Amino acid sequence: MGSGRLKAALAAFFLSFQAHALDPAAVEKLAFGDGDDKIEAIGALVAEGDPKAAELLKAFAEGELQTSGKRVLIVKGKDALDALTGAKVAPLPSDREDVVANNRLRGAVASALGAFKLASEDRNERLAAVRALADANAAMLPLIRKALETEADAEIRGLLELTAAGMELKDGPKEARLAAIRKLAASENPSTKTLLLEAASDQDEDIRREAQQSLRAVEGRLELGEWLGLAFAGVSLGSILLLAALGLAITYGLMGVINMAHGELIMIGAYTTYVVQGFFRGSAFFDWYLVAAVPAAFMISALVGMALERSVIRWLYGRPLETLLATWGISLVLIQAVRTIFGAQNVQVENPAFMSGGIQVLSNLVLPWNRIVIIAFALSVLIGMWALLAKTRLGLYIRGVTQNRAMADCVGVPTARVDTWAFGLGSGIAGLAGCALSQVGNVGPDLGQGYIVDSFLVVVFGGVGQLAGTVYAALVLGFANKLLESWSGAVLAKIAVLVFIIFFIQRRPQGLFALKGRAVEA
Amino acid sequence: MFARLYGPRGWAILGICSFVAFVAFPLLHLALPASSAFHISTFWVTLVGKIMCYAIVALALDLVWGYAGILSLGHGLFFALGGYGMGMYLMRQIGREGQYQADLPDFMVFLDWKEFPWQWWNTDQFWWAALLAVAVPGLLALVFGYFAFRSRVKGVYFSIITQALTFAAMLLFFRNNTGFGGNNGFTDFKRILGFGITSPQTRMALFCITAFFLIATLLLARWVVTSKFGRVLTAIRDAEPRAMFCGYNTVHYKVAIFTLSAVLCGIAGALYVPQVGIINPSEMSPANSIEIAIWVAVGGRGSLAGAILGAGLVNGAKSLFTVAFPEYWLFALGAIFIVVTLFMPRGVLGVLQRK
Repeated sequence: MGSGRLKAALAAFFLSFQAHALDPAAVEKLAFGDGDDKIEAIGALVAEGDPKAAELLKAFAEGELQTSGKRVLIVKGKDALDALTGAKVAPLPSDREDVVANNRLRGAVASALGAFKLASEDRNERLAAVRALADANAAMLPLIRKALETEADAEIRGLLELTAAGMELKDGPKEARLAAIRKLAASENPSTKTLLLEAASDQDEDIRREAQQSLRAVEGRLELGEWLGLAFAGVSLGSILLLAALGLAITYGLMGVINMAHGELIMIGAYTTYVVQGFFRGSAFFDWYLVAAVPAAFMISALVGMALERSVIRWLYGRPLETLLATWGISLVLIQAVRTIFGAQNVQVENPAFMSGGIQVLSNLVLPWNRIVIIAFALSVLIGMWALLAKTRLGLYIRGVTQNRAMADCVGVPTARVDTWAFGLGSGIAGLAGCALSQVGNVGPDLGQGYIVDSFLVVVFGGVGQLAGTVYAALVLGFANKLLESWSGAVLAKIAVLVFIIFFIQRRPQGLFALKGRAVEA
Repeated sequence: MFARLYGPRGWAILGICSFVAFVAFPLLHLALPASSAFHISTFWVTLVGKIMCYAIVALALDLVWGYAGILSLGHGLFFALGGYGMGMYLMRQIGREGQYQADLPDFMVFLDWKEFPWQWWNTDQFWWAALLAVAVPGLLALVFGYFAFRSRVKGVYFSIITQALTFAAMLLFFRNNTGFGGNNGFTDFKRILGFGITSPQTRMALFCITAFFLIATLLLARWVVTSKFGRVLTAIRDAEPRAMFCGYNTVHYKVAIFTLSAVLCGIAGALYVPQVGIINPSEMSPANSIEIAIWVAVGGRGSLAGAILGAGLVNGAKSLFTVAFPEYWLFALGAIFIVVTLFMPRGVLGVLQRK
């Protein structure tokens, strides 16, 4: 498309705006009428499309519109303009009264002001304006029609037509509604579906039939996006479960320590992120605070974990039920300590700018950046952990002590120290999980409690002593949860998954992947 | 038969406790005016009544954990199920005195339900509600225990799946559609068996009934653990494979004791709800079930008197703390968990007996 044509079109657009002056009746209604009158007036002003109308509405939204007798004024500080003529009014009349805008009116004005951007020269701004109008009320219809007369960009045209069709469908003559329904069949906007669903139960039979046809077309197109969205949500939840469970895979899976305070180590990681974020607040590097927060969360949680291992857990090896109770006690103390230091309320952890927003893949499928980053993060933690266990001396020691403690001791492995390091590693990974969770959920003292049941189930489901099992289990549970959620709602899905695991463990107490061995007693 | 249970000293202590519960408490609460220095206030009657319910639960857990070595983290669920059973009857007893003056409980009116869902069938009959309060936990424990023990789920695994069970049940009861009042549960009870539920006489009667059940539970538990059945349980706790190789089918023993324990919890729950006047799903939270374990551990597991003592000590401390310094209770509870497991493997009673 030639840019010359575009400019010509825009010029025409503006010319058509200039041709009108403000309608005194509309201004009067806006200033003196009741709620419905005001809405109508906003619609009328939008239809005029005068830049002056835009100014008037902006003044209205910002509370600068005042009345003095029959005159309507735009008051900015000490200056006042007559809203109709634009003439300066001096001195300020003393009998001014505010024109009050309630929420409903503010919403209407906001979408009206958005609509004025349809006339912008910047293509992106126009595109954004059309998108913002998708759910606006029918008062904007005249403006959209006007924009359609001059709009040359194909994508924007399409969106405009769909928006107009949606509005016509809501209230219009039957012929217009039928035409609107046919047009909507090409829509990719998820809210179109609700519109068509409404129309599909209309009183008129023709409309019903047409609406059902269009609905099928729209649904077919939306289905792919929905499925992909579901799969992404499953992977995303799976990655979070994986992060929460990876630390446990070491402390419980390899070392056999039931650490009920694991959730609280996650919570400590999240709070560390919060504190680090506080150091960076206001600096130019705020967006990069995570670079510091990730190692800090690992270190702090690891140190807390090692301290716990040295002071409490060490004395309880081989007594899993006692370990369970003691670590539960630790978790209570940690929760209360955090509550005392940071308060019982949730704290605010902000996403860095590069993690907000998302990639728009399909019209109804947006992949949020923070989820993508977390999936990548979970993957790298997994790889790092695998490398540590498989390639380093510490990993060798840990595996050795797990498989045969007495023999490892005999060949000179400092088993007690290895225990501390291994527990520190598991705790540090819990801290990393907390750092990741702080980016997608609330950070509060109870954060860990919500994950403890889940992460134990992931480890038990996957099979003790296995990293691969943990990974598969986290993904399977993540998928299953999201899939069931789309059928039955979140709570029932969760219950179903829990019940499934309970049954599964009864069928296969050794988990998905069992270590092969001959011992009678595990 | 009774001679087997306790020696003369044991019976004497039990006699004193019964005297306090059945004679001293009612007299001091009902007969003395509130101004008297010896008057026992409603607060204390409710508190002690509540703790006696907890003591029944502690006894029940001690049976499975202390004697059979099974740490169940699902006992809070059995307790709450018993409470819900009784709660349904109490809700029906409100009649038309609710906010909406309807035949249905308020929360059902609020949800715009027209009739009682199937779970509520016959719950206006006391005997049916009482039956539900013991049968539902019992059946759940029977089925769950059978499947779990048959596939040899034991130790920490069993603890974790019972915890998952409790968690799932809590989520289920939080839903409004489950038909048990959602997260508000049942409250605002008016009367039980036609008597006003807040009147001092009713309170005292409930108190005495609870005391009776506590003593009965203690004697029953004592009878169980001193019988041959109890000895097999101890054998299973100490060396399950050996018990199996001796020809005992350990599954049956474990299922039986687990079910009995759940029934006892149900009774405790049913006694608890009319006294505290509320039951909601937070009773099923995993944390509550773990707390039950610490009552037993504090008192001394493997000792029935210890379980009662532990329930009394921990809950007494809890009431004290939550009134005096609420923000430190979790510190104290956490410390109890750690100290008891590290330094007092046989609980307070173990420490006392060593001297």
